[in-house]
Amino acid sequence: METQTSYNYKVVQQFSVMTVIWGVVGMLVGVIIAAQLIWPALNFDIPWLTYSRLRPLHTNAVIFAFGGSALFASSYYIVQRTCQVRLFCDKLAAFTFWGWNLVIVLAAITLPLGFTSGKEYAELEWPIDILIAVVWVAYAVVFFGTLMKRQVKHIYVANWFFGAFIITVAVLHIVNSAELPISLTKSYSAYAGTIDAMVQWWYGHNAVGFFLTAGFLGMMYYFIPKQVGRPIYSYRLSVVHFWTLIALYMWAGPHHLHYTALPEWGQNLGMVFSLMLLAPSWGGMINGIMTLSGAWHKLRSDPILKFLIVSLSFYGMSTFEGPMMSIKTVNALSHYTDWTIGHVHSGALGWVGLISMGCIYFLIPKVFNRDQMYSTKLIELHFWVATLGIVIYIASMWIAGVMQGLMWRAVNDDGTLTYSFVQSLKETYPYYMARLLGGVMYLGGMLIMAYNVLMTIQGKTAKTAAA
Amino acid sequence: MSQFWSLYITIITIAVIAACYWIIRWTTKNRPNEAAEGDVTGHTWDDDLQEYNNPLPRWWLWLFYLTIVYAIVYLIFYPGLGSFEGKFRWTQTGQYQEEMAAADRDYAPLFAAFAKQEIPSLAKDAKAMRAAQNLFLNNCATCHGSDGGGAPGFPNLTDNDWIFGGEPAAIQQTILNGRNSIGMPAMAMGMPEPQLNQLVDYVRSLSNQPNINADSAGAGKALFASMCVSCHGADGKGNVAMGAPNLTDNIWLYGGSVETIKQTLTKGRKGVMPAHRDLLGEDKVHLLAAYVYGLSNK
Repeated sequence: METQTSYNYKVVQQFSVMTVIWGVVGMLVGVIIAAQLIWPALNFDIPWLTYSRLRPLHTNAVIFAFGGSALFASSYYIVQRTCQVRLFCDKLAAFTFWGWNLVIVLAAITLPLGFTSGKEYAELEWPIDILIAVVWVAYAVVFFGTLMKRQVKHIYVANWFFGAFIITVAVLHIVNSAELPISLTKSYSAYAGTIDAMVQWWYGHNAVGFFLTAGFLGMMYYFIPKQVGRPIYSYRLSVVHFWTLIALYMWAGPHHLHYTALPEWGQNLGMVFSLMLLAPSWGGMINGIMTLSGAWHKLRSDPILKFLIVSLSFYGMSTFEGPMMSIKTVNALSHYTDWTIGHVHSGALGWVGLISMGCIYFLIPKVFNRDQMYSTKLIELHFWVATLGIVIYIASMWIAGVMQGLMWRAVNDDGTLTYSFVQSLKETYPYYMARLLGGVMYLGGMLIMAYNVLMTIQGKTAKTAAA
Repeated sequence: MSQFWSLYITIITIAVIAACYWIIRWTTKNRPNEAAEGDVTGHTWDDDLQEYNNPLPRWWLWLFYLTIVYAIVYLIFYPGLGSFEGKFRWTQTGQYQEEMAAADRDYAPLFAAFAKQEIPSLAKDAKAMRAAQNLFLNNCATCHGSDGGGAPGFPNLTDNDWIFGGEPAAIQQTILNGRNSIGMPAMAMGMPEPQLNQLVDYVRSLSNQPNINADSAGAGKALFASMCVSCHGADGKGNVAMGAPNLTDNIWLYGGSVETIKQTLTKGRKGVMPAHRDLLGEDKVHLLAAYVYGLSNK
C-alpha cells in the first residue's frame, strides 16, 4: 500500500482548517444580521455594518468560503484516495488555495464597502469574478488531471458528483457574471430585465443544486461508507439519481420567479421539473442512509456518523420541502416570507453544514496524522448544540413564514387587507428572537469545533511513532 | 415566440422527461454477468470502498413515476411546451383579472356607496373609516407613517399645514392624480458661505426661531427678495398652487435646522406624491381622502 506521504495532504490540511475558520466568520456575520433584524441600531449607523452590506457577506462567507473550502478539502482528499494517486500538479493545487482565499478576503473587503453587482449569491464585482473563474479553471485542471492519471479503472461515484459540480459551477459562474465594466469597481449585467432575472435564478438555483448539493453528495458518497465501514447501498440507485439530478436541476430556476414578468411557460417548466427533482434528490438520501442498514448501532457511539446521517435527514426534508414550495399555489403563500429563509437554512445548516462538519472531523486527524480528534465528547456536544440550534431556527422561520403569508392575504368583509406589512413584522419579532437563539447555538457549536480542531492539530493526542 | 423556439423548448422538455424515464428503465433491468442483489459490484476503491448492486427501492420508483406522470399531465393542461397554451388556457394575467373581477363584484358596491357621501361627513362615518384605515395602512403608511405623522420629506397629514391644499377636493385631487411639483431648485448652489448664512438666518427668522442674529437676518432679506419670493411669496407664506411650502409656520417638510435648510438651499429638494387613480380607483380614493381629511379635522 502507498504511504501517506505519496499524497498531497498539505492542500487538504489548508482547506480543512480554513473551512473551520471561515465557518466561524460566516456564521458570526449571520448571527449579527439576525440580531440587526431585531435591533436595527446594531449597525451603529456605520455604512459598512448595515444589513444590506453584511447580508451578502454572510451568504458569500458561508456558501463560498465555508462550503467552498469544505468542498476543496474533501474533493482533493477523496480524488487522491479513490484514484490511488497524488494530486495532479501541487503548484496549481496551492494556487487554488491561495487564489480562493484571496477571493474570500476581497469579498470581505468589497462587500462592506458597498461594491456589488446586485446579483444574489453573485454580488462580487467583475475583477473578483475573473479571479474566481481563473481559480475555478485551475481547480478543474487539478481535479480532472488527477482523475486522468488514476491507478484504478473505474471512477468512484463521489468523483462523478465532484466532476459535475466543478464543470457546472464554471458554466454558471461565467454565464451569469457576464457583465460590462464601467470602472474598476462597477459593472452592469450583460442581460436586461426579465432575461437578467431568469439568468440570475438559473444561476441561483443551480448554485444550490451543484455547489451546495452535487458537491456535498460527493462528500457523502465517500465519508458515509468509510465511517460506517459498509458498502454503498446501491450502485444502480447512484447511477439513476446522479443523471436525473444533474439533468433536472438545470430547469428548476424559474420557480424563483412565479407570478412575475417571466412568461408562464418558463414558470411552469420550472415548477414541473422542480417536482420531478424530488425522487432524484431522495435517491441520494436513501443511498446514504441505507448504507447504514445493518449497522444502526454505530449511530449511538459515533458522533461523526451522527453528523453525516442527520445531515442526510435534513437533506431529505429540504428536498421534499423545495418541490412543494415550487408548486404555484404553495409558492403564492410562501414566496417573500421567512418560510423561504427557513427552507434555505434547513438545507444550509442541516445538510451542507452538518455534512461538512462531519467530513472535517473525519479529515483533520487523517491529514494531520493523528489517531483521532482531541475530544470525541466535544464532537458529541457540537452535534447536539448544532442540531438543536437548527431545529429552533427552522421551526421558528416556518411558523413566522406561514404566519406572514396568511397575514398578508387576510381580507376583511369590506375587501380591504386585514393587516399592514408593519403588523406582520411586529408579529414576527418573537420568531426572530428564536431564530437568533438557534443561530447563536449553531455558531457556538462551530466554536467548539474550532477549539477541538486546534487542540487536535497541536497534537494533544498525537501519535508517538510516525506512520 | 417564434415557431423555432417553441419547437426547441418543446423538444428538449419532452426529451428530458423521456430520458429520465429511459434511465430508470435501463437501470432496473438486469444485465448478464452483473452482480446479484445483495452482492457487491466487484469494484473496490481506497482499500475498502465498495458498492452493493441492490435494486431501486420500489416505493421510490413509484414516486419517480408519479412525478413524471404529473409533469406530463400538467404540461397538457397548462402552458409549458413552447407556445402551446395548454388545455385550460390558463394565464397569470387571466387569473389576476378573474380575482379582481370577483373582488369588484363583492366589494365595489360598498365603496360606491361611500363615494356618494360628502367627504366631511364620510370622515365621521365609523364603518367607512375602519375600511379607510386599512387602505391607508397598506397604501399610504409606508411614506406618511401608520399614524399619518409623516417623516422627513413626507408631509405630516395630521396638522393643518398643507402644501397643495387641505380642502376635501384638493386632498382628493392629490391622491387621485398625484403631485409632481417643480420641486425646490438648488437656488443657492455655489453661494458664498457668508451670504448663505444670512439667507438661512432670514428664512429661520420668518418662523421666529430662537438664536438668530438680527443683523444677519436683515441682510438675508434682500437675498430672499431676489431669489425666493417668486414661489414662497414676499411674506414667505408659500403658494399652494405651486406646492411651495409656507416658511412662516415652523412646520418643516425636510427640517428647519441651520444645516438642513442649507442643504435644501444648496442641493434642492424634490418630492413626488404618486397617483392612485389606476391603483385604487376613484371610489377608494374618495374614501381615503375622507380619512386624510379626518386626520386633521376631528
